[in-house]
Amino acid sequence: MNRTAPLLAVLAVVLLALPHVVGSYALSVATLILYFAYTGQAWNVMMGFAGQLSLGHSLYVGVGAYAAGTLFYHYEIGPWAGLWLALALCVLLGLAIGFLAFRFGISGVYFALLTIAFAEFTRLGFDHADWLGGPGGMFLRVAQRDTWDLANFRGPPIMYYYTMLALAAGALALCAWLLRSRAGYYWQAIRENEEAARALGINTLRWKMLAVALSAAMTGVSGVFLAFYYNNLFPEQIFHISRSIEIILGPVIGGVGTLFGPILGAAVLTLLSEGITEALAALGWESPGVKQVFYGLVLLMVVMFLPNGIWPGLARRMGVGR
Amino acid sequence: MDPVLIGNVVAAGMLTGLVYGLMALGLSVIFGVVRVVNFAHGEMMTVAMYAATVLFAAFKLDPFLAVLPAAVAFFVFGYGLQAGLINPFMTRPEHSQFMLLVAVAIIMVNALLMLFGPDARNVQVDYQLEAFELGPLLFDKARVYAATAAVIATALLSALFRLTLTGKAIRACADNYLGAKVVGLDVKRLYALTFGLGAVCVAIAGCAMVLLVDVTPPLGPAYTLLAFIIVIVGGLGSMTGALLGGILIGVSEALAGLVLAPSAKSMFSFGLLILVLLLRPQGLLGKRS
Repeated sequence: MNRTAPLLAVLAVVLLALPHVVGSYALSVATLILYFAYTGQAWNVMMGFAGQLSLGHSLYVGVGAYAAGTLFYHYEIGPWAGLWLALALCVLLGLAIGFLAFRFGISGVYFALLTIAFAEFTRLGFDHADWLGGPGGMFLRVAQRDTWDLANFRGPPIMYYYTMLALAAGALALCAWLLRSRAGYYWQAIRENEEAARALGINTLRWKMLAVALSAAMTGVSGVFLAFYYNNLFPEQIFHISRSIEIILGPVIGGVGTLFGPILGAAVLTLLSEGITEALAALGWESPGVKQVFYGLVLLMVVMFLPNGIWPGLARRMGVGR
Repeated sequence: MDPVLIGNVVAAGMLTGLVYGLMALGLSVIFGVVRVVNFAHGEMMTVAMYAATVLFAAFKLDPFLAVLPAAVAFFVFGYGLQAGLINPFMTRPEHSQFMLLVAVAIIMVNALLMLFGPDARNVQVDYQLEAFELGPLLFDKARVYAATAAVIATALLSALFRLTLTGKAIRACADNYLGAKVVGLDVKRLYALTFGLGAVCVAIAGCAMVLLVDVTPPLGPAYTLLAFIIVIVGGLGSMTGALLGGILIGVSEALAGLVLAPSAKSMFSFGLLILVLLLRPQGLLGKRS
């Protein structure tokens, strides 16, 4: 028995108690960390487990957000119904893209570029969809924000925090289970050597498509959350390639293919970003771009000196599983 | 619609497309040899464009003369980037390389933002307002010169790859990495040289492009995507493919801007990219590997 379980229990208690201890700013940062932990986990299913590099995950964030947002905006249909539409659309999109790409034998860099192309194509499409607000954006009506209204997913920041915590924990549990399931082993076989996997009789097309669909569905849920958390949607923001990069940063920094890497990476990067903002503000050096330059430099260092991410080394030192 | 107007738009699109093509050629050369996708390509392009505006503002240096110092500086930069940062990443997975270059790109875009602010910059020379007349058609002088520079640069690069021993060695690396090592080529140095040459393409394209459009920091990521589209559509590793891809995208964007909404023009390009990736991933002119 290793030390994983007790440490997880401590982490769970800390995260559950956190909103009652910290202020509203820290709570919003914590929500953001959990959001990136969750989306990173979703991306990791595709890349870390099955070895398919997606650089266009903003597509699923955006489609999920707009699916639920549109139902609410035009028909006053709440987010719980919207969630199903978002899931359905993202799964269909993921399956379609996966099928097209894998059917035509597209892999590696070409597959990554294809995912960018679909995301950008969709972004430009939404920019011209006036019914969805176009480039001017879609604004969801904000009713009340002080009491919990789970049916309409309206409430105080603490509600969004706990929702994101539940999603992140759920994703972690799902991924832990997946890694030990038949699908997980097939995916890892495909990731390591697709030819060999096929030679062993694995239907690689089917399992890769499953990875894309699952990853897309999970990411789509984060889009629904985003729509009702921020209450405004702009194609220029939500589908933008920088959104896809944000999603990827966490798992890459934390450790691709690991379970806790995406969570650790999300925490490190978000705290780093906020820390740089604070430090620069304290120094009175706030011209545009400064923060991102420092952020880029740190990113460069981590990628250069920790090729496997932060988590694998840390896990070994702490004596816990991955 | 007025055929003369369409003719002028197509001509302008073709000429701009040649400059796009030179930029994309840099990406194509780097990917074709080093097998690394330069996700900081468009950002490098905007750095070159800013360099041209700075040289123009400081010394009244015409952008076509700024090409020389810019090309030298970019060669050194590209060489150093490959030798110092990217070579250690050659054996690492693609997402790791991607992240490295994304970090480089983030630093570049925001360093430009820090130095020059968000406002657009440009250069103003007198021949920008003049045009060559050919029957009813008008060709902007700046565009003609820029396109000529792109064609000359492509021809020179092509000659370098075909006629010099170094060029031959670089092509050998691209064809067969292991074989190149076996016959004793210094592959890492050749990779750095190649990246330097790719950066020179970007420097020339950037100096030429600054005569045609105003430059802002966010142009970088947009150009990166544009370069991908052109290179994939034209065929990775094909030099004429890059130029023709540039012309194709230049003309189609110009026409889409005329016929549809100007903002819809990139949608067409991305649609084309998806189709080419699915149906002819080696590109229109590329050879199947």
